[in-house]
Amino acid sequence: MTAATPQVGFDEFEEQTWQKRLAYVGRLLQRDRGGMLGFILFILIVLTAIFAPVIAPHDPLKQNLRAAKQPPAWQEGGSWEQPLGTDTLGRDMLSRIIFGTRVSLTVGFFGVLIAGTLGMVSGLVAGYVGGRVDGAIMGVVNIFLAIPYLVFVVVVAAILGRNLLNVILIFGITDSPIFARVTRGEVLRIRESGYVESAVSAGASTGRILFDHILPNLIGPLITLATFEMSAMIFYEAGLSFLGLSVPPSVPSWGNMLQVGRQYLTIYPWIATWPGVAIAITALTFNLLGDWLRDVLDPRLRRSRK
Amino acid sequence: MEPILQVRDMVTRFYSVDGVVHAINGVNFDLYEGETLAVVGESGSGKSVTMMSIVNLIPQPPGKVEGGQAIFSYGEMAQDLLQLSEDEIRHVRGGQIGFIFQDPISSLNPTMTIGSQIAESMTEHLGFSASEARSKTVELLRNVGIPDSERRFNAYPHHFSGGMRQRVMIAIAVACRPKIVIADEPTTALDVTVQAQIVDLVKRLQEQMGVAVVWITHDLGVVAGLADRVLVMYGGTVVESAPVDNLYEDPRHPYTIGLLKAIPRLDATGEAETEELEVIEGVPPDLYQELTLCPFAPRCGYAFDRCWAEVPPLIEVGVQHGAACFYDVERGGPRNGS
Repeated sequence: MTAATPQVGFDEFEEQTWQKRLAYVGRLLQRDRGGMLGFILFILIVLTAIFAPVIAPHDPLKQNLRAAKQPPAWQEGGSWEQPLGTDTLGRDMLSRIIFGTRVSLTVGFFGVLIAGTLGMVSGLVAGYVGGRVDGAIMGVVNIFLAIPYLVFVVVVAAILGRNLLNVILIFGITDSPIFARVTRGEVLRIRESGYVESAVSAGASTGRILFDHILPNLIGPLITLATFEMSAMIFYEAGLSFLGLSVPPSVPSWGNMLQVGRQYLTIYPWIATWPGVAIAITALTFNLLGDWLRDVLDPRLRRSRK
Repeated sequence: MEPILQVRDMVTRFYSVDGVVHAINGVNFDLYEGETLAVVGESGSGKSVTMMSIVNLIPQPPGKVEGGQAIFSYGEMAQDLLQLSEDEIRHVRGGQIGFIFQDPISSLNPTMTIGSQIAESMTEHLGFSASEARSKTVELLRNVGIPDSERRFNAYPHHFSGGMRQRVMIAIAVACRPKIVIADEPTTALDVTVQAQIVDLVKRLQEQMGVAVVWITHDLGVVAGLADRVLVMYGGTVVESAPVDNLYEDPRHPYTIGLLKAIPRLDATGEAETEELEVIEGVPPDLYQELTLCPFAPRCGYAFDRCWAEVPPLIEVGVQHGAACFYDVERGGPRNGS
């Protein structure tokens, strides 16, 4: 039967292997320049974070007061030894920027992981069970939304001390209400949909309905939300570092670097510029990626686009 | 012959914020093995709610099945579906009673392949392994008229047209070889040529599998070519029940008579050709009111004092022919004993 059928336009019905899926993602990227750029930058940033010790030309913590405040290589007085210049203590800017990627990505990734997991589970339960359970969960969510996160962070930082784990936990908890709300909304919509109704009428169990019918249909919006939230968390972390509420000053994070650079903005502008550029590029990357994912993860939009 | 489904005095109400909706007020009917029973009636007459009540698909709250029985029997087994636990009734749904819905476009999960959606209920109810279910599904897809079914197992719903999706829905409904298939206006969302194909497909499958079909519709034209027996519903009650030929030739309930007069006929000649279609004056009954009189009395030209005082039961007026009316249309007066 299969062998006799001519191969015209039916490839999409074939069983998917991971090679085919990968090739498919490649074709989808070719059609979207912004998505392509976001995707490439994303890979580069992740690789930078993972291989920071290999890529970085110097130790980011090593001070060298004789070479302090050196401008970037292409300016007068700069040297290719430190291509992006050095800071007030003579530490290599490029190496610090490279290591800073680690802090930002760790916060973004784990923060979203915690927020997404908490939010998705509570939203799923609230939306599917409904009634009083829904009321109780959404009540808690609303309380969390009412807490100004900056105040929360200051309090926690004061009590528990400044470290990365605390920042991640705070972001994870304070950001989970957004995931809970989106998940709950999607569940409510999907629960009333024709295909859930027909699955119920075909005798599907609750587990099957949740995991086969509801979850796959809300994962798209959630992944999209996760990329945007990741970019937001990287911003927030930089903000907290700048205020001195995140990682200790010894850790090379973009926010810390920005804070130091601010004082010398008019004399040694590069100290503040590079972390700013890094933050902007990272945020842009995640936003481009999120835009692309939003289009791609909806099987109905995938074909119609362009 | 014993009926496989006997519904007795079923009552379903919805407790809405605005008051109690009396959706089903004591419905009685039988369904026999392998027959096609058409359920006709206007919107809100209780056609769908009746069928949903039988398999506990009424959203609760606000809905509640408050009384009656639905005896489902085949072979030696007989059980009241209304008394089953949620887990037991879940296996009846899809396993013994299959559903086909009105809108095939939204009734399929966009993220699952066609094949796995059909195979799903086979693994669930028949305990098939994945590969068994797969080969059965391919066979079934071919049987419902989807060519190249082997490859289309992996297709997604958006690859299919409306008519093809309805074929898939039918495949899901009959996947576990149920005893009963409930088709809730399955052709309404389709265009006329596809409608005819779907009707033919259901008929063919019915002959192959010997399954009883309940066909909910408001299209009396479809009913004539399809059904063995017809149930006419009005205001949450069955007002007439008859074999299809009897119903068209010899309707006994004033509502049925009115309905039949309101159908345009292609074979009308002479005066009848230009005559205006008759309408049934008035509005459907207010379901917020508890039923204490004949629901059709306010719109009925024959209504007399008794019609305003009590609810008429289904009275036998011929072989397998019942009408819930105190007035004998044929004789032109109140029925004997009324």
